[in-house]
Amino acid sequence: MYKSLRNILQRLENLFNAAFGQALNPWHHLGAITFFLFWVILASGLYLYIFFRTGVAEAYQSVEYITHEQWYAGGVMRSLHRYASDGIVLTMLLHMLRNFLTGRFHSYRWFSWVIGVLLIWLIYACGINGYWLVWDRLAQFIAVASAEWFDWLPLFSQPLARNFLSQGDVSDRFFTLLSFAHITLPLVLLLVMWVHTKRMNHAETNPPRYLAVGVVVTLLILALIKPALSHAHADLALVPGVIRLDWFYLGLYPLIYAWSPGAVWALVAGITLLLLAVPRLFKPHTHKPVAEVHLDNCNGCERCFNDCPYSAIVMKPRNDGRPYALQPVVDPNLCASCGICVGACPSSIPFRHNELVSGIELPHQLLTTLRADTDHALATLHGNARVMVFGCDCAYDVRALQAEGVAAISLPCIGMLPPAFVDYALHDARADGVLIAGCRECDCQYRLGIHWTEQRLARERVPHLRQRVSLQRIEPCWAGRQDGELAGAALATLRARIAQLPQEIPVDEDKH
Amino acid sequence: MSRPLQYFGQGVAFAVFAVVVGYLSTSPEYVHLPADNALVKLSFSHAAQHKMACRERTDEELAKLPKHMRIRKDCPRERADVVVELEMDGKQMFHVVLPPTGLTHDGASSIYRRFPVLAGEHNFVARLKDQAEGDFNFVYEEKVHLAAGRVMVIDFKADVPGATGFMFIN
Repeated sequence: MYKSLRNILQRLENLFNAAFGQALNPWHHLGAITFFLFWVILASGLYLYIFFRTGVAEAYQSVEYITHEQWYAGGVMRSLHRYASDGIVLTMLLHMLRNFLTGRFHSYRWFSWVIGVLLIWLIYACGINGYWLVWDRLAQFIAVASAEWFDWLPLFSQPLARNFLSQGDVSDRFFTLLSFAHITLPLVLLLVMWVHTKRMNHAETNPPRYLAVGVVVTLLILALIKPALSHAHADLALVPGVIRLDWFYLGLYPLIYAWSPGAVWALVAGITLLLLAVPRLFKPHTHKPVAEVHLDNCNGCERCFNDCPYSAIVMKPRNDGRPYALQPVVDPNLCASCGICVGACPSSIPFRHNELVSGIELPHQLLTTLRADTDHALATLHGNARVMVFGCDCAYDVRALQAEGVAAISLPCIGMLPPAFVDYALHDARADGVLIAGCRECDCQYRLGIHWTEQRLARERVPHLRQRVSLQRIEPCWAGRQDGELAGAALATLRARIAQLPQEIPVDEDKH
Repeated sequence: MSRPLQYFGQGVAFAVFAVVVGYLSTSPEYVHLPADNALVKLSFSHAAQHKMACRERTDEELAKLPKHMRIRKDCPRERADVVVELEMDGKQMFHVVLPPTGLTHDGASSIYRRFPVLAGEHNFVARLKDQAEGDFNFVYEEKVHLAAGRVMVIDFKADVPGATGFMFIN
């Protein structure tokens, strides 16, 4: 079931890849789009607040004024506010579903997942609170139904629903309270959103501009085609019979009457507990060993600290007596064992004659073993246009590309590959080209592996790829598990290109 | 995929997003109350009579109490349950026993219940007992015409003139 859903997601993403390309695929930016929609809601909400009046009659009248008298600005803003609020629920739920299906919720990610569960209910609280402010029949239904729902809890000495028995029961002060809540709740939401990304180094909170513009333009067109309108003014002497319900926020409300308030509480509590338990229920059976620091080869340069995607490395005062100020310390609870820190370490140089130990290493994937595997793979290469492939365990299995003239090694994450290994493979003409494969663009399983690799190869981020390495001999390929065709095409492109290049002459390494 | 086809695909994706958001934000409509129904809400908050009447403490009882608590009159705070019945057209709709709130059971008894009923003319009888012993001490009967979609609130206040206590607000 899980795998089937995952395959469906992958196929769906393939469709979007075809239309948007990997870098702009909205599925790869759902969290950032959700963040962006929050700002759209905030901006449109600020405009609406200028004209909104708190009061039993004034609230409805002011919203009607905004909607009809000022349709070209206030009306559009109201619709944008409404549809962005609906959109945020959609993107939030898809973001959660996608992270579940791609296994991004356990171990070092549990904290973000759990905070995300809290965010769901906060977003719902903000949205439902907003609907009350209009004080139309829909707001009346929500107010009464919410009160009846909460009355099931043994918390109140008098039923809350008694506050909505007749028109006289609702006061202007109540709307002041609602307005205050509609400012406070989003501020709390923003704070929790910040906490949600706190354990992510370089968290993506802004989508690519193209997508952001696309989302806003889409919502604006929707606002013009189908403006958000109010129901009739609330009248507590009448029952709202037929309601145009916003199913994004109010989907559970009909269940209060179809089942019972207690059953809906049980459902909400059940969903919440199940979501909170997901990191435990679906925990992987094995834990990979976390990164280990080797102070003998570490000068405290902070590159591993800067590149770690989960802030699992902190710099602390040196305690081994060597003349450096700081040393990295790995938090085992946050370490993803991705090896990106190994790829960032300036000591990860395979050309070293002595024993190859980096400043930071993965115990189950030592650099010396990687060098030996690389040497072994390079030794098998014969013929023309020989290619060494470095791949990633989370992406397309590059070992399937192995053929005559093609050798492949897979790493926990492509971000673990120190650029010096590319140089090492091409050096002395042992290979004619290097294919560097990883997860789909903007969809790195460890978030930043692809990004850092691209920057290191482009010599924009330390450790740089050495200048002597021709970029024409390198081909990046960002291919998901099912993207064999893409990987094959990238390999063919590289082989065709290097076949045109002059043959490198092997030189004695000692002369360098 | 060619560039025009890509733009077309992007347009379709954004359109699907707009259609999903636009549709589910108001549709499908939810029928909260059928068109031929009205709603009766029975709701009140009422402090019942005390379970036991005040009495005078004996000298022996007073002597056993700490000095600052030696008050002759002893009035137990606990209140009786409130028993409510609602009858429509000769059939009992609802019967409930409401215990008093509070740790010492001295608070008011409260209730809120909603009853969707067919619109039209109905004869309602509401009964309430707020004493430990005896039969219902508040009874009110009224023939009411309930219009479709309207709410009739049945409230109770013991000090309402006429001593019926109940108020049918239609």
